[in-house]
Amino acid sequence: MTDKNGNEEYPIGGVILDGGNADGYETGGWRKLKPVLDKEKCTNCLICWVMCPDSAIIVEDGKLVGFDMEHCKGCGICDVECPDKINAIKMVSEEEAD
Amino acid sequence: MLEVRWHGRAQQGVVTAAKVLGETCLRSGKYVQAFPEFGPERMGAPVKAYNRVSDEPIKMHCSVANPKYVLIADPTLIGMSLAGGMETSGGVTEGTPEDAVFIVNTPKSPAEMRTALELDGKSAKVFTVDASQISIDKIGRHIPNTPMLGALAKATDMVTLEDLIDDFKVNYAKKYSEAVINGNVEAMKSGYESISEG
Amino acid sequence: MAIENAKEAQVGLTGNSAVALAMKQVNPDVCPAYPITPSTAIIETFSSYVADGEVDTELITVESEHSAMSAGIGAAAAGARVMTATSAQGLALMWEMLYIASGMRLPIVMTNVNRALAAPINIHCDHSDSMGARDSGWIQLYSETVQESYDNVLMAVRIAEKVKLPVMVCLDGFITSHAIENMETINDADVQEFVGEYEPETSLLKESELPATYGAMSLPDSYMVFKKQQSEAMSGAKKVVEEVSAEFAQKFGREYGLLDSYELDDADVAIVIFNSATGTTRVAVDELRKEGHKVGVLRIRLFRPLPHAEIAEALKGLKAVACLDRVDSFNDFGGPLFNEVRSSIYDLEERPKVISRIYGLGGRDYKVSDARSVFEELLGIVETGTVKEITKYITI
Repeated sequence: MTDKNGNEEYPIGGVILDGGNADGYETGGWRKLKPVLDKEKCTNCLICWVMCPDSAIIVEDGKLVGFDMEHCKGCGICDVECPDKINAIKMVSEEEAD
Repeated sequence: MLEVRWHGRAQQGVVTAAKVLGETCLRSGKYVQAFPEFGPERMGAPVKAYNRVSDEPIKMHCSVANPKYVLIADPTLIGMSLAGGMETSGGVTEGTPEDAVFIVNTPKSPAEMRTALELDGKSAKVFTVDASQISIDKIGRHIPNTPMLGALAKATDMVTLEDLIDDFKVNYAKKYSEAVINGNVEAMKSGYESISEG
Repeated sequence: MAIENAKEAQVGLTGNSAVALAMKQVNPDVCPAYPITPSTAIIETFSSYVADGEVDTELITVESEHSAMSAGIGAAAAGARVMTATSAQGLALMWEMLYIASGMRLPIVMTNVNRALAAPINIHCDHSDSMGARDSGWIQLYSETVQESYDNVLMAVRIAEKVKLPVMVCLDGFITSHAIENMETINDADVQEFVGEYEPETSLLKESELPATYGAMSLPDSYMVFKKQQSEAMSGAKKVVEEVSAEFAQKFGREYGLLDSYELDDADVAIVIFNSATGTTRVAVDELRKEGHKVGVLRIRLFRPLPHAEIAEALKGLKAVACLDRVDSFNDFGGPLFNEVRSSIYDLEERPKVISRIYGLGGRDYKVSDARSVFEELLGIVETGTVKEITKYITI
C-alpha cells in the first residue's frame, strides 16, 4: 500500500497490528554456518527444539525432520546442546554443506 | 476596583481570610480575585495575601501595589522592611494611598498603632481589634483571621457581617466541625463589635 | 470549594481546583500521579475525588514524574483515557517520555502549571518548563485565566483524541493556579456529552484485534516516515483546535481562537505575550488608548503547532512589536516567542520592527507599569525609526 507521496503507508505511531510477525522476518540471511543433521545418530530427544532461539527446528510426529533455513541464524546452539554422546548436529560452512 | 492587602505570618490564616472575603464578595455579585504571595512557607514566616473586588471583570494579574485596605494580622510585622514573603515585599504601609484604611490585630489603641505605622498627621484611618484574644476565647486557638474579617465588615462597606457568616457557614461546613464553624462565626461577630477607631 | 453566585451562576475557584474539577467531570480511566508545587493541589484534589468514589479513575501513585509519564504511556497504549498534571522539574524529569508519548501518538492530556526551572531553585512562575518541551511533539495550549484553564482542559481531551497527539495545557504557577477568580462551570452531563466516549482505533486491550506491538523499533528505512506522519498530524492540529473551540463556543458560549487579538485592528504597536500577563497588558492598552495611543496586544493561545500564518496576518500593518518571553533561550538572541514570531512575519511585504523583552522570571511581578514602559519604548521606535536594543531583560 502506498500513500499519495509514494511512501509506503505505515500504521500511525508505529503500531504493529498483527501478532507472531517474526515469522515474516527472514533471519536466515544472517547465517555463516548451517546445521547439518545425521539422522542415523539422532535420538529425537528434541533438546535442540527446546533450545533453538529462532524456533527453526522442524519437528513432525515427535521427530526432528530438518531445519527452517529461512529463520535459522546459524548460531550453533543446537550443535552445542545436542548431547556429546550423540553428536547428531554439526555446524558446517554453507559451501561445505552443498 | 477595591484592592486589599493582608499581612500575617504563616498559620495565622490570612490566605484563608482573603479567600473567604473573595468568596463572600463573589456571592454578592462582584468580580473578585483572592491570591496569596508565598515565600519560604514556614510557620511564622511573613505571608501576604491580596483581594481585588470590582463590578467589572478583572483583567490584571499582577500583585496589588496600592491597596486601599490593609489588614495586619500580626503587629510585630509593623516596622519590618520585609513584611511579606519575598525580598521585594516592602513594609506594611508600602504603596498605600492617602485615604488607606489599616486594621491591626492588637490590644493597643488606634492612636498607638497610628504612631507605630508612622501615620501621625496623615489622613489614613487606623482601626484596632484584639483578634488574637478573640480567637483564643472563641475558637480556642490563635488564628486571628475570622475576627479580622468581622472587623473589616464594620470598618468598611466592602462586605456585611451577615454575608460573611452566610458564606462561611455554606462553604466550610464540609471542611470543619460544627463547633469550629460556630466558634469562627462568634469570632467574626466579636471582631465586628469590638473594633476601635482612632 | 465552589460558591454559587445567585446572579450569574458563577463560582470562585483557584486555577488548580478548576483543573481538578475539569478532570473529575471528564472522569478519565487512568491518572498517574506524582504531585509537585505549584500543581500539587490538582492531584491532591483529584485524588480526593478518587477516594470519595466520585470518579472511576485508576489513580496510580508512582515514584517519580518519569514513572508518571511512563505509566501514562502504558495506560494510553492500552486504550485508556489518561490525564495528569505536573510542573517545572517534574516536567523536566518526564522529558524522555514526552517524546515517546507523542511518537507513539498517544492522546494523553497533561496540565503543566508553569514554574521556573532550577537552578537557582524557585517555585514561582515562568515558562522555562513548557518552553523547554516545545519541540517534544506535544500540542501546547496556554491559558490566561482560571476560566480558560478549565475550558482548555476540557477541549484538550477532544483535540488530543482527534489528532492522536498528547496535549499540554499550560497555566501560570501561583498567579493562576493559586488565585481565586470568578468562573462558570459546565454541568457534569454536558461535559460528558462534549468529551464523549473515548474509542481508540487501536489499543493493546481491544478484543477485536490480533495481538499488537507498541513502541517497536524503527530503523532508517521507516523512522522518517513516522516522523513525517507526526509532523503532518501536528500541522493538522490547528484546524482541529479551531473546530473543537468553535463547537465549545457554540455549546457553552465562550469563544477561543488560536490567537487572541486585543485592540489590534488599527494598532501601530503591540505586545505579543502568553498567559496571565496578557490581562495586565490589556489594562495598559486600555490606559494608553484613552491617552490616544494606538496600542494592542496579541496573546498566543496555541503555541504548538505554531499558528504562523495567523500571527503574520494579525501583525500585518503594525510598525513595532515587542515579544515578551517569560523564559530565556540563553542564545544571545531573545526568547522562543520572539524568534518564532519574528520568523512568522518574515515574508510580509512590510514588516514591523520586532524586539525581545524577557520578563517575570522566577515569579518576578509584571505590573501594568511594566507593560506601559514596553509600549512607550515601542512608540519611541516608531517615532525615531531606530531600535536601540533588540533584546533586553525587563522587570529587573
